[in-house]
Amino acid sequence: MGLTFAEKLLAFKAGRDLVQPGQILEVSPDVAMSHDNAGLVIRQFRQIGLKKVWDPSKIVIPLDHRVPAESTKTANAHKSIREFVREQGIASFYDVREGVCHQVLVEKGHILPGMLALGTDSHTTSYGCVGAFGTGIGATEMAAVWATGKIWLRVPESIKVQVSGSFPEMVFPKDFILYLVGRLGAEGANYCSVEFHGPAIADIEIPGRFTICNLSMEMGAKNAVVPVDSVTNQFLDGLPAGRGKAFLPDHDATYVGEEVCNISGLVPQVACPHGVDNVKPVEEVEGTRIDQAVLGSCTNGRIEDLKEAASLIAGKRIHPGVRMLVVPASRSVLLEGIRTGVITTLVEAGAVLVNPGCGPCLGAHEGILADGEVCIASTNRNFKGRMGSPTSEVYLASPATVAASAIAGKIADPRKVK
Amino acid sequence: MTLKGRAWVTGDDIDTDQIYHGQYLPITDPHEMAKHAMEYVPGMEDFPREAKRGDIVVAGKNFGTGSSREHAVLCLQYLGISCVIAKSFSRIFFRNAVNLGFPVIECPGLSDTLKTGNAVEADIESGKIADLTTGESFQGTPPSGLEKEIASSGGLIEYLKKSAG
Repeated sequence: MGLTFAEKLLAFKAGRDLVQPGQILEVSPDVAMSHDNAGLVIRQFRQIGLKKVWDPSKIVIPLDHRVPAESTKTANAHKSIREFVREQGIASFYDVREGVCHQVLVEKGHILPGMLALGTDSHTTSYGCVGAFGTGIGATEMAAVWATGKIWLRVPESIKVQVSGSFPEMVFPKDFILYLVGRLGAEGANYCSVEFHGPAIADIEIPGRFTICNLSMEMGAKNAVVPVDSVTNQFLDGLPAGRGKAFLPDHDATYVGEEVCNISGLVPQVACPHGVDNVKPVEEVEGTRIDQAVLGSCTNGRIEDLKEAASLIAGKRIHPGVRMLVVPASRSVLLEGIRTGVITTLVEAGAVLVNPGCGPCLGAHEGILADGEVCIASTNRNFKGRMGSPTSEVYLASPATVAASAIAGKIADPRKVK
Repeated sequence: MTLKGRAWVTGDDIDTDQIYHGQYLPITDPHEMAKHAMEYVPGMEDFPREAKRGDIVVAGKNFGTGSSREHAVLCLQYLGISCVIAKSFSRIFFRNAVNLGFPVIECPGLSDTLKTGNAVEADIESGKIADLTTGESFQGTPPSGLEKEIASSGGLIEYLKKSAG
């Protein structure tokens, strides 16, 4: 009997030949990531009563959620993390300058094919973009991982998403994954491993695969993956860390669900308030007034995303009624944006450049929405009040749709930008 | 163990921002955290002030969808809520609840008929649930196996200490 990606990888990690969905395994992670919430993990770790973490070389801590610190509380938490990192000899610590955790881990080569990566962040599913198994856990569980190096995981059922066709003009991986989240619903892949297959997926580069695996969380996925192929290897060859170990699902593996999509007829998609699965074609929401447009996040804050937006904005002005915020996902994205002139294009058009990090995505700082305000964002969540006031609204879309809307002052179809 | 309390009934897909908004994540004081529990859930604005120790939250499907933040469990725990009974839970919320020793029970039918304010009784081992106001009874599914062991130890940290000792 064949195995899915998740079954194969978890069987290997548990030292078994065969595992089945539902089985509980004890495994040891290759990477244990925490961001600003490492502060909470440290508190819980102290409760356990151990002095030293199990393996400081496996722990990675980037600060990204509230950077630079927006309050004394956060500043003190950051300080306690810096002290802990020194005390424990954790070398892979990235201070406030570096960017969003998931982007930093992938671009620095911390994540390789075949790895089991745990993160105290739900969007840890992103790591499937390079063929790793990434899943989110809470702070207490991470404290236990720091202490013991082990975690119990239930072998998930798997869903196979088979994608054919080619992306039409101004339609992107973000539109595809929003469409899929809309089709399956916020609970559609709960507890499941989601695998992406097919010729359309083979054509997508790592940044687009990142977006797809990242947003799979919004249908409840435990992990999401694009199995390793030549695109993955080409990307990894540009990093110093090697190619890892590819786990490819067997052709006769068993899936609990199979979704077949053809993207050739796909149009730009928008997730409407207040659920990521409340997805509509852009035509249905075109003309909706906006106050803010956010380009950034671990979902869509890479150089490709900034370029996509800049290509629509070049030579135009951001609408005077719109605050457009540009938040590069990492320092290297920012630097490349500066080198290539993309940042200049966006700022000249009237955008506000925010430092690399999570920015306003989680409603913590740097662009909070007022009562009744409306925002279109390339981020990952539009829950009620996510970006600020409980009466504000967030629409999610591709960087191109965000850019087209920022120019128009209302939600706009990027295919119609002249 | 049998829990008895007043029910607070809410809907489907109650997300982690509604349960505990991102702006409050730096808070570490339990009393402060409790003040913001369920603050963004429509119709539950009075919840942090009016909830009594022992009250039970009853929800629809996919409760706790979204972020991995443990605060979504902690704020309810600190407020004195004794248990959440939902049609289904989002994966990370469920895991966090078990790891923090906070009782959770899956029960598909309860939130459809139960009214806020009704008295509810729930057995967290057997999953038997009763609406004491109407006399109706329900069968829910509490955590089992290793999850049950962790939860009944009082959470993962207590479980680890117990296993080590």
